[in-house]
Amino acid sequence: MPIDQKIRELQERRQKVLLGGGEKAIQKQKAMGKGTARERIMILLDEGSFSEYDMFVEHEARDFDMDKKSLPSDGVIIGTGTIEGAPIAIFAQDFTVAGGSLGLMHSRKITKIMDHALKMRIPLIGINDSGGARIQEGVNSLAGYGEIFFRNTLSSGVIPQISVVLGPCAGGAVYSPALTDFVFVVQNISKMFITGPEVIKTVLGEEISMEDLGGAMVHSEITGNAHFYSKTEDECFAKIKELVSYIPWNNQRKSRAMEPADPLGDCNIDNIVPADPTLPYDVKDVIRSVTDKSEFFEIQRHWAKNIVVGFGRIHGATVGFVANQPLELAGVLDVDSSDKSARFIRYCDAFNIPIITFVDLPGYLPGVDQEHAGVIRHGAKLLYAYSEATVPKITVIIRKAYGGGYIAMGSRHLRADFVFAWPGAEIAVMGPEGAANIIFRKEIMASDDPDATRKAKVEEYKSKFANPYVAAAKGYVDAVIEPCETRRLLIHAIEVSDNKSVSMPFKKHGIPPV
Amino acid sequence: MEKKDTKLEILNINYSEYTTRLSTKFKNREPYKHPDKFKLLSFIPGTIIEILVKEGDKIKKGDEVLVLEAMKMKNRIKCPVSGLVKHIDTHVNDVVPKGKLLIEFSPEE
Repeated sequence: MPIDQKIRELQERRQKVLLGGGEKAIQKQKAMGKGTARERIMILLDEGSFSEYDMFVEHEARDFDMDKKSLPSDGVIIGTGTIEGAPIAIFAQDFTVAGGSLGLMHSRKITKIMDHALKMRIPLIGINDSGGARIQEGVNSLAGYGEIFFRNTLSSGVIPQISVVLGPCAGGAVYSPALTDFVFVVQNISKMFITGPEVIKTVLGEEISMEDLGGAMVHSEITGNAHFYSKTEDECFAKIKELVSYIPWNNQRKSRAMEPADPLGDCNIDNIVPADPTLPYDVKDVIRSVTDKSEFFEIQRHWAKNIVVGFGRIHGATVGFVANQPLELAGVLDVDSSDKSARFIRYCDAFNIPIITFVDLPGYLPGVDQEHAGVIRHGAKLLYAYSEATVPKITVIIRKAYGGGYIAMGSRHLRADFVFAWPGAEIAVMGPEGAANIIFRKEIMASDDPDATRKAKVEEYKSKFANPYVAAAKGYVDAVIEPCETRRLLIHAIEVSDNKSVSMPFKKHGIPPV
Repeated sequence: MEKKDTKLEILNINYSEYTTRLSTKFKNREPYKHPDKFKLLSFIPGTIIEILVKEGDKIKKGDEVLVLEAMKMKNRIKCPVSGLVKHIDTHVNDVVPKGKLLIEFSPEE
């Protein structure tokens, strides 16, 4: 056979495989607002950068008439490419082929690209769109999931792992996204659950729709399983690209530096925070007033809103922000907000991203529900994460920093490298009202006018202790600064800590209160 | 779904009143109820497949009172107190959620 004929044969073979599950299945996919696996990859990666591998892989199943079925590429596309120049390994399950079900060869393709990503120290993106295990392949399919989970764990903290749930992702399959760093979901398209509505109905008699059980908003707002919510696939891909621009390729590198840029002029930092510590404001306005171009890429913005986490840039360098949000639940720490921030801090620490903490919180949320939900163990995660992190840690105390909340929020005592406080900061063992009620209980009770005495004592406490100077006198705060000096000092702190080096005692790993 | 909970309310923490938004989860939290030993609740969702006592029966702490099948396991439920079966609030083949009242006991007079 002459070579041109052989090339033609290759082209024909490719053409056949590129059709995936065929026209009909593709039409069905599109009708749901979903792209095909290859389309999704093409939109996400830089034009012309995708190299596909294992296109001609076929399954080996023999039982249940599977030997008569051909499944193009075995229902999953794998390969490498780039996103704005950053190298990326990617897999995308093809729902048009046997519902994207996972059989042995399907899983081997996924683990092959995972191994490749880890070996090459490049980020891995997985697009999940699968009905679950390929039942006909029995335990081989379970083995496949296990091999994927193992590699997710092995790669964790070494290369960034991003999961994009663009279809059903049910049963054991959801554990792969859960083991990765960031989970993207899309309205009406993503469905994640361990047991679906049908099982729940049969076993428990409870009726619930897929969307209400494990839809995109449920995981963004209620469970905290998802990190980024989008209305369409295109919006989702744009967000992934933005995320990739902030993070490094692996844990040995730093994020790519961008051209430094000033915050936008209309972010006047002096006028954001009210002097009265019981009045709310949006802490994201404070973040935007110090970041380049006033950009802030928020993570998990619908869940545990009383704490804000996300990326921004300071003079071109990626930083992670952790900030109490007085606008939501007074910015308290509770089970969910501790969980959310602790995980983000560990992410930043694993990938060499400096952490900037903005503090303004009244403490932990009181309540039986919180105590019984284990706020002790969850709250401890935050202490653990800050203490363990060796990346540069810069803390700015904006206003209240009371009690355990003060310690937890990146305090000097957990080895913050720089602690700045604004002049309105109140660093104290508790709020003036609570403290005065305890310290001056006898005087208040003995008084002819307890309310007036209480008020006077609260004022007395406030003037003595509700300020940054008691902590500054002990060196717990390095400098009391004007709000407008914040950005300049952040830039300086990051520059100074560029070669930060600390040694920790040897350990295999710690035992965090997971 | 994004626009809800935008109203500012008051949240009291350690005697200070903070003006802030309250989350749905916070507003929906259940007030604490002291557990009542004389009320037997389902500890897991499942199906009642056998009831071993009748109303008025005298029972001892540890007696088996019913069988609740859940996740393919037939759980033989024991009585938490000694006394009388006051009221049986379930039937064989009932599918019950977690925390549903199944049997109420009364102390022996």
